[in-house]
Parts: sequence; C-alpha cells; structure tokens
Amino acid sequence: MAVSAQEKTTHPYGNTSVMGDPSESGRFGEFGGMFVPETLVPACQELDRAFRSAWADPVFRDELYLLFRDYAGRPSPITICENLSAELGCRILLKREDLNHTGSHKINSVLGQALLAKRMGKTRLVAETGAGQHGVATATAAALFDMECIVYMGEVDIRRQELNVFRMKLLGSEVRAAQSGSQTLKDAVNEAMRHWVGAVESTHYCLGSVMGPHPYPWMVREFHRVIGVEASQQCASLLGGAPDVVVACVGGGSNAAGIFSGFVDTEAALVGVEPAGGAALGRAVPGVVHGSHSYLMQDEWGQVLEAHSISAGLDYPGVGPEHAHLAATKRARYEPISDAQVVEAFQLLARTEGIIPALEPAHALGWIMQAKDELAGQTVLLNLSGRGDKDVAQMMEHLA
Amino acid sequence: MTGVLEAALRARLDRGGKCLVPYLTGGLGNDWLETVQAAAIAGADAVEIGIPFSDPVMDGPTIQLANDRALAAGVTPQQVFDRLHRADIGVPTVVMTYGNIAYRMGYQRFAASLARSTVAGAILPDIPLEELGPWATAADAEAIETVLLGAPTASDERLARIAQRSRGFVYAVGLLGITGVREQLAASAKVIAKRLKAVTDLPVLVGVGVGTPRQAVEVCEEADGVVVGSAMVQRMLDGAGPDGVAELVAEFRQALDESTNHC
Repeated sequence: MAVSAQEKTTHPYGNTSVMGDPSESGRFGEFGGMFVPETLVPACQELDRAFRSAWADPVFRDELYLLFRDYAGRPSPITICENLSAELGCRILLKREDLNHTGSHKINSVLGQALLAKRMGKTRLVAETGAGQHGVATATAAALFDMECIVYMGEVDIRRQELNVFRMKLLGSEVRAAQSGSQTLKDAVNEAMRHWVGAVESTHYCLGSVMGPHPYPWMVREFHRVIGVEASQQCASLLGGAPDVVVACVGGGSNAAGIFSGFVDTEAALVGVEPAGGAALGRAVPGVVHGSHSYLMQDEWGQVLEAHSISAGLDYPGVGPEHAHLAATKRARYEPISDAQVVEAFQLLARTEGIIPALEPAHALGWIMQAKDELAGQTVLLNLSGRGDKDVAQMMEHLA
Repeated sequence: MTGVLEAALRARLDRGGKCLVPYLTGGLGNDWLETVQAAAIAGADAVEIGIPFSDPVMDGPTIQLANDRALAAGVTPQQVFDRLHRADIGVPTVVMTYGNIAYRMGYQRFAASLARSTVAGAILPDIPLEELGPWATAADAEAIETVLLGAPTASDERLARIAQRSRGFVYAVGLLGITGVREQLAASAKVIAKRLKAVTDLPVLVGVGVGTPRQAVEVCEEADGVVVGSAMVQRMLDGAGPDGVAELVAEFRQALDESTNHC
C-alpha cells in the first residue's frame, strides 16, 4: 500500500512510547520475563527480533496505519456525554473503541500481529478468547490476510457468547472448546499455548492481551498505543490538555495499557477497574503463569484460582506485568467493582447516552458511579473498549 | 561433583544399559508412593514425581487429568514432600512441577524441602535458561540437580548452553508438542537425542511422545534412556495400582535390556 508524504506527516503514532520499553529480559520493573516451556523460547525470541525490526521499519508502520484507517475505521472519536455527566456530576468523555471494526479495541493488536506474522512467514494463527471479541478480531484478520485460524474458547464462554462463536465460524475460523479447569479464558490460554508448542514453526500465537511471555506484553501494548496517542491529541483539542482521570477496565489489561500509554507522562490519575471476582491487582500476590511474572490469583500453594465475573472478557486470574509494575510504583491505581454495579452501569449508559457498552468497559463506568463524590467536578476519560451487542442476550436473561 | 541422580544414571550406562525414568503423579490415589516404590523395584533407574499444578501448559490430556484428580482430592506439595520424606524408594527421585509452585513457596524453601525429603533433582519446564538464575542459585545451595529441557526448536549453540547448565541428565524433548502417547515415535526424537549427545557428556534421556517399549528401544539407538510419563500415568488413572504400573515398568526394562543384551 502506498502512503503519500501528507499521510506520513499526519501519522498518529509517535515513534517513542512514554510508557517506556521493557528491559532486555522483558521486564517492567521486576515484572514480566519469559516463563515458557523450552520449546517456545526460540519462538518468543524470534518474535522479539521480528517485532523490533518491524516496529523500527516505517514501511511496516505505514501499512499498519493504513489498515487502522481504512479497515478498522480509526481514529475512533471521543464522545462528550452531556446527559451522563449531568447525572453523575463529573464531566465524562468516552474514547469510542466500540466503533472500531469488529466492535472493540482488540482489532488494533490483531492487525499488528497478523501483519507481523505474515512478515515472519507464518501461515497460521492460533488465539484464545474469553468474551469472543479477541477471537472475532483474530478471525477477521485471518480472513483478511488469508491465514488459517484456530481459536480456543472455554466451554462455559462458548455457551454464554454463542453469537461470537458463530461470527468466528462465519469468518472461516475453527473454534475449539477448552474443556479443562474452569473452562474460561485461563483455560483457553492453556490450550492455545499447548497448541502453539506443537505447531510453533508455522503458527503465530496471536495473544489477546498485554500478558504472556516477552515480547507479548510490550508488543500488544505498542499496537494498542494508538488509543492513547489519539486520545491524548483529542483531549488536547477538546480540553486543552489531559483529563483529570483516565479510567479503563482491566482483565489482562490491553485496552487500559493502550489508553494509559497516552497519559502516563501527564498529571492525569490512571485508574484500572477489575471485576471483584478477578482482582489480581487488588490482591497483589505475585506469581508466575502463562509466561510472565506478575500478580496472580492463587491459593497458598500456588495453584491458580478461578476468576469469577459476569463478563467473560475479564474472567482471568492474572494480569499483564506492566500493570503490576504501574500498581507497584503507584503510577496507576486499581479498583474492584461488583457484578451488580456493572449491570447498573450497563443500563445507565444505554439509557442516558444511547450507547450499549460491552460488559467489560461497563466495569469502568461502574467505578465512576461508585466514586462520583470523589470525582465531582472533574473530567474523566473512559475507554469504551467495546460495544455491548455480544452481551445483549446475556443481559436479557439476567434482567428478566 | 556428580549428584546422586546423575550417578545412578551413569551406573546403568556404565553397565552397558539404557536408562529408564518413569513419571508418576504425586498424590494421585492413596497408593501413589507404593507405586513409586514398585516402579523402582521393577527396574526404574530413577523416578520422576509430578507435583500437581492447576495449569500444566506442557502436559497433554492424560497428565492434565491426573493433576486435576489429585488436586480435587486436595493434595498439596507439602503432602508430597512429607510422604517422600519418610519413604525408602531405593532409586533417586526427581520432582517435576511448574515454576509457580516453587515460586509461591519461595525458591529457597522449595529447594530445602526437596533436600529434606531426599529428592535428588527438579524439573521446572516453564523456567527456561533465561529465567533460571534465582532458582538455580537456590537449588545449587541444596545440591538439588536441576534438569533442563532441550527441544527441537533450539539451535545447536543453545542446546550446548542448556546442556552445560543442566544437572543429572539432559531432558531431550522428543517432539514439537505436549506430553502424551503417540502412535509412532516422532522422527524428531532421535534427531534431538543425537544433537544433544554431540554437545554434552551428561546422560541424554528422551521424553514426550515415548509411550511404548518399542518406541523406547527405537529412540535409544541414539539416546541414553527415556522418560515415560503419560503411559505410566494412564495406568494410575485406570486404577492399575502399584502392581499394574510395575508391570509396565518391567516391560520397558526388559525391552531396553534385550536391545542392549544387558541383564
């Protein structure tokens, strides 16, 4: 794809990230690393080299930029919520990642990873998915790039997100049930990693969040950094600077990492919102699973606990290592929210603004509702990471 | 200094034999320790004991199920240590578990617990060379032999570095994939054994995808021995008990001995 000089100068990506790069060993502070079976170590190292080379290559960046603009529909707008702001007593802005192609922020990382996988000569993608958003995005990129695609999804999630399962199949991907353990996102990650161990030479593991072994937490954040870069420019023109608070939901933490990266060097408070039943950061117990050293919900012996959340996309007991670092260094704070508050927020946004959010970002709004006294008079930017179409059937049953 | 695990394997090799290390899941059934002892009597040179973990990403369905059942029965790492502590097994043992079990207990405490239970070695498959430092320090201090894995995806240069840091033996991963019995021995099994033999004097044992005595004999044309996991664990899951597992160990022993004309 050809890019004109004019387009290059308006490129939304800066070349440097204010979040900083991880160390040589893939660490953010003490968190991160590459804790994977030996079979996968050369693959992770190859990916690290390929990503570094691609990310320093203007041709790769331009190609990705055009995909973002002409395929995903970026930049995503910011909506100022007058009605909601009046209701809650603080000024609320939404970064509309729900308006991206495939309905969530997940498309950013998936387009980046698929483009990179092609560049590396891989012919297949394997992915895990919780709510199905990452699976749908990966299936979409696989269709676009003519790659074979296998998506692992927990048996429980397959039942609660059957529309997304159908979407993935329609897009030409194979959906396989993860039947072990809690049969949710954690187990889908296990199965995807096992699949990758067996198919590592032809296959790129298109991991869906800022987690896993190095370089994934860094690479996935870099692909989502476009959210923060755009939002920072949009806030500069709308507000004349950064908002007082930037809030995003956190499961693995990809959308939060994306938007935080635009504001980590400002005065804005950064708030990640976890489901109360999956608050790895809230509990702050370190562990080593799925490739990185981070915070992890586990018992006294190190057995990983099952997360419980109304939202399949946040049903994950771990969290990306960079969030553990942001929490440990107190640059960001992380708050839990209950399922009941999420359901209330889901309805409130629909009723006041005509926007049905995904259950995941409804967590972030739930926190704003809970903290509205603290937030009175402040400007709050909420990353609306996905739209709620996928959750409508579940909510219809829930609210019946 | 040669550790007891390496010494036991070398003793077999010095007699012209091939090494046999069955993998058994710790805490699976009330008679798991008797099963370990029976396997030793039936001809194992060492026994690998799995400490169940909730998310075993290197393991296939058989060992996953064994983990799940043992965890559902409430087994903890400490219980496995406690039973091994009082046991007379007759051959060295090496535990296999995942990094978080050791990390959560604290590497030093985990290594000390192994030493107290007279466990000779440890295999932590998700702590690769690059992340080994803190664990290796703790393990070395307690003279625990840390067995490293060498996989088909590694370069010769990497295999050499792995072999150099491995203790006891080098665990050659026989195929690209997770643990489990396959119909045929993968072509990669003999290749990885040969590549590792070229860069180390340590015993090279092939595991992952070695499920029958015939496959064991075949891979031992290049390798010094085999680790047999899922086939053994399947017997435990089937309720074959110590005798049933010992019978399978004896079949492997006999096939390997016949292949080397070793009695």
